[in-house]
Amino acid sequence: MNDVNRPLAAMRFLNIDEAGKASLIGSRCEACGAIVPGQKEVCACCTARGRMVPMKLAEHGKVYTYTIVSRSFPGVKTPFVSAVVDLDGGGCLPGVLLDVTPAPSAITYDMPVDVVFRDTGQRAADGRPFVSHYFVSAKGDQ
Amino acid sequence: MTDVYIVGIDMIPFGRYPDASVPQLGAQAVLLALDDAGLSIKEMQALYAGNLLMAGSMIGQRIMREVGQTGIAVVNSANACATGATAFREGWIGIKSGIYDLVLAVGVEQMGKGLIGEAGRSDGFIEEGVVGSNTTPAMFAQIGLAHSRAYGTTFEQFAKVAVKNHHHSTMNPKAVSQRKTPLQEVMNAEMIAYPLTKLMCSINVDGAAAAVIASEAAVKRLGLMDRAVRVRASEMSSNPWTPRETALTDFNAVTELCAKATYERAAIDPGDLDLVELHDCFATAEIVHYENLQLCGAGEGGRLIDSGATMLGGRIPVNVSGGLLSKGHPLGATGIAGLYEISTHLRGKAGRRQVDGARIGLAHVAGGAPGTGSAAVVHVLEKV
Repeated sequence: MNDVNRPLAAMRFLNIDEAGKASLIGSRCEACGAIVPGQKEVCACCTARGRMVPMKLAEHGKVYTYTIVSRSFPGVKTPFVSAVVDLDGGGCLPGVLLDVTPAPSAITYDMPVDVVFRDTGQRAADGRPFVSHYFVSAKGDQ
Repeated sequence: MTDVYIVGIDMIPFGRYPDASVPQLGAQAVLLALDDAGLSIKEMQALYAGNLLMAGSMIGQRIMREVGQTGIAVVNSANACATGATAFREGWIGIKSGIYDLVLAVGVEQMGKGLIGEAGRSDGFIEEGVVGSNTTPAMFAQIGLAHSRAYGTTFEQFAKVAVKNHHHSTMNPKAVSQRKTPLQEVMNAEMIAYPLTKLMCSINVDGAAAAVIASEAAVKRLGLMDRAVRVRASEMSSNPWTPRETALTDFNAVTELCAKATYERAAIDPGDLDLVELHDCFATAEIVHYENLQLCGAGEGGRLIDSGATMLGGRIPVNVSGGLLSKGHPLGATGIAGLYEISTHLRGKAGRRQVDGARIGLAHVAGGAPGTGSAAVVHVLEKV
């Protein structure tokens, strides 16, 4: 893929490889086991230096908490569901939960979700598309 | 080390001051606090100025232009919604350390309307609505529902916090809103981020508050013990590591940590408190902070608001000023305004909202923003 079309990762914990495939990256501390999104040198949990090992974060998890955003910043389309998701195997991410009715009755705590990667529709100054992660209900394993 | 006292403290009524500058608002509060102490700016040895939205523009020095440029040390601080309490605590450290014996702390803010913050990022990407939400109501809505998932706390229980604090504000002439809001009105108001309606969000206003802080020697030398309030503890924490804090800013662990340190330092139990001003930036925040400040056990916050214990006249009145929900929340001024409220009760000068016989009060703030981190500051004040 040439550079002009190559997607940009919307967040630092997103990696997009040469082929344009996105994944979630995290770090695991060999000393205390803490897992955090993104790359780190020092463990924020136990303070160990040089023990953070890069890892791929799971693309499946459960809703820890959420809200339905009815009013947001000017120009941002509402309503949408903002969710905080505990990923299987560690790591926790914020994101938008797609494809559910934006109502408390449609969302349950611990509902299983999959991570998907999509073009956000936003473009950088050089025209490259920003790609982000989103959550979708993992109906298959309920 | 010396005991530390507040000998003068005041706030301007919170509201809209479109024709005043931020330094002018700060100066008004400084002059009120000096008058309350019966002292002059010439006797002050340092100024600690808290302001958030114009951090980096030397607000403290510009306040000195309005009250007298005596050449004293001026420190400007910014620490999200803990900004004013941070400035006060820097002053407390200055006195406690013995470096100074009379200093000023001021917090001031002039705010726009609507949501705090903006959508855009420096590379042009808009996270809002893609990577969750970066609005402050969304953050505290998610914190509230995390409490609901753990303990079954209801929308109605969260709404009752707003009913209580709006009721309290009807007795506070310095609150921006002084209007009762029945439960149904709170619950039926515009939904901002479930379970927070507009009436469950604090009000953006302009405001300023200031305090004169003194060593024991200065209080005695100046004969000010009759108006002095003792600062029995001043503690601050930053958010410790928790597994979800990069996804949802933590205000619980940071407050728990700070509260625990405060009770140890003050050598008191939560049961010794006569009143509390805590950081009710949103109605959900008050419920979680009941527990973080050990006013009740874990999971009992919903029942505590139901019981009426935190109403004026209850076991432990909380936010009798009206709180941030109704008094208003001018970010940098909020911390010192909380200390003003506690001090006013300890002096027996709180009028219709007076907590009878108040001897010990606690003031708490917790500042932070989505994706950043947080600060908690807790002060315990004691009647002399």
